Amino acid sequence: MRWLSRFLAMMVAVMLAGCGEPDFSDAEKKTIASLALSSLPPPKPDTTNRFADVPAAAALGSTLFFDQGMSRDGTVSCSTCHKIDRQFQDDLPQAVGVGHTNRRTMPLAGVARDPWFFWDGRRDSLWAQALTPLENPLEQAGNRAAYAHYIKARFGERYERIFGPLPDFSDMPSNASPLGNDAEKAVWDAMSGVQRDAINGVFANIGKAIAAFERSIEPAPTRFDRFAMDLVTGAEPKGDAVFSKEEILGLKLFIGKANCVTCHNGPRFTDNGFHNTGVPPVAGLPPDRGRIDAVRQVEADPFNCFGAYRDGDATACGELRFMVKDAPQLIRAYKTPSLRGAATRPPYMHAGQFSSLDEVVAHYAKAAPSVEGTSEIHPLELSDHERAALVAFLKTLSE
Amino acid sequence: MASIWRYLLAGFGLAALLVGILAVVYLTAPRSSHPAGPDVSRTKNTDNGLFVASFLPERGVVRQGQLQSWLLTLKTKSGTPVEGAAITISGGMPLHSHGLPTSPQATDYLGDGRYRIEGVKFTMSGWWQLHFAISANAGSDTVLFNVVL
Repeated sequence: MRWLSRFLAMMVAVMLAGCGEPDFSDAEKKTIASLALSSLPPPKPDTTNRFADVPAAAALGSTLFFDQGMSRDGTVSCSTCHKIDRQFQDDLPQAVGVGHTNRRTMPLAGVARDPWFFWDGRRDSLWAQALTPLENPLEQAGNRAAYAHYIKARFGERYERIFGPLPDFSDMPSNASPLGNDAEKAVWDAMSGVQRDAINGVFANIGKAIAAFERSIEPAPTRFDRFAMDLVTGAEPKGDAVFSKEEILGLKLFIGKANCVTCHNGPRFTDNGFHNTGVPPVAGLPPDRGRIDAVRQVEADPFNCFGAYRDGDATACGELRFMVKDAPQLIRAYKTPSLRGAATRPPYMHAGQFSSLDEVVAHYAKAAPSVEGTSEIHPLELSDHERAALVAFLKTLSE
Repeated sequence: MASIWRYLLAGFGLAALLVGILAVVYLTAPRSSHPAGPDVSRTKNTDNGLFVASFLPERGVVRQGQLQSWLLTLKTKSGTPVEGAAITISGGMPLHSHGLPTSPQATDYLGDGRYRIEGVKFTMSGWWQLHFAISANAGSDTVLFNVVL
C-alpha cells in the first residue's frame, strides 16, 4: 500500500502546484517583457529639428506651451487642453479651445516616439504638429504673422540666442496666413516670397522649440512594470508588484485570447498604426473619415519632412516617403493610442465615444461593423468575469 | 480499516479515470496553439516558374515597428541575374483583414539581380504576406513571401 500513498501524495502536490504562483509560458513571459517600460529605448534624435535636444530651446518651448498669449484672443495655450496635472490631456470627449473641436485631446507621455501625430496622423513630426493648433480657428486661432511679431516683441532676445537673428519685420503685415480668414489669406497672398519664407521660418522655429520641450514628457513606471520586471528576472514580487488573480487573468487575456496586444504592443502599448475598429461616429460632429482624409493634409503641409523647413537630410523622411496613400483600410482608421495611464483618463476613443473602460472592452468584444470601411476586429467570447479582469489589468498601467 | 482502504481505492479509481479522460482529450485535440505555419522560406520559385526569388532583410534581422530595407534577389532558373525588373509590392496580414502599414518600393538596383526594397515595416507580431509583381525582359511573374513575427 506504500505505492498508493506515494501516488496520492504526488497527485495532491500536482494539484496544489496548479493554484500557486502565476504560471506564464515562455512565450507569454517574452511578450510581457516586451511590454515593460524597461524595454523602451530612449527617444531617437530628431534630425529634422536640430534644436530638439537643445536645453534653451526646450526652455523657450516650455514657456510657449503654457503661454496664453499664443492665441488669437489671449485665452488659450497648448496647456489649456494638454493639462500638466492631467497627463497633458483634458478629460473632455472633444477638446475645447477658442471653439469646440471634433476630437479628443491626446495625452503626451512618450510623444517624441510617434511617427505620426493627431488621431489621424495629419502631421509627420512633433514640431509640425505643434504648429497646427496655433492656426486652427477652433484651437488657438492665431495666424503665423501675428505669432512671429509676438515672439519678437515678447521673447526676441531668447529666440535669437537659440535660433539666430530674427528677420526684419518693419514691412511685415501684422496678420497674415495661408490658413487664416479671408483677410489674412489675402494679405498672405500679397506678400513677397521672401517675406513669407521669413515668417514661415520663425513659425517653424516656434514648433521646434515646443517640440524640444515635449520630448521631455515621458511615461512613468507603473505597477505592471514592477510586476513584469519581477516575473522576467524571477524575483519574488513584493508590495504592489504582486498581481491579484484577476489582474493576472486580465494580463493573460490581453496578450492571449482577447488579442489586445496585436495592436497595443511594445512598451508604449501601441503599434503606432491606424486601424478601423468600428468606433461609431458622434452625432452632431462634422463627418470624420480618419486617416484616409489625413493623407492629403500631411502631403500638402509645407512643414512636412519634405518641406523647406526641415533640418538635416531627407533620409529622415521614410515614414512620409513610404506612406500608404490610398487604401480601403484607411477609411475611418485612427491611431492606436498608448494604454499607459488610460484607466485614469476617460473618456475614450478619437471623439470620446466611450465613458469607461467597461464600455471599451464591451465594444471590442461585440465588434460591431464600421459605419464606413471595414472594421479589423472580430467578435470575442468574453465572460463578465473576463471583461472585468481585462479592466483590472488595464488599471495596473495607471498605478 | 478495510472500509477506508476501499474508499481510497475507489478514489484512486476515479482519479485514474479522470487522468485517462484528460489524456484522451489532450492527445486527440487539434493543437490550435501550434497551427501548421505558413511557408516562410526565403527563397522560392516565382508562381509561373520564370524566376528564382530570395527575400531577406538587408541587415539580417527583422525588427518590429521599424522601417527597414530588404533585398529581393531575382535570378533565372539557370542562375543568371535578372536585371532591369519593374517590381511592385503589396501585402498585408491575412488574418486581420488589413494591408501593409507602409508602401514599400524597389528603390535601387544593386547588381547581381539584387533589388533594394525600402519602406518595409511590420507593426505587429503575427503572419504577414508580401506579394511581388515582377516584370522583366523574360516576362512577368509573381511571388508571395510569408513573414511571421
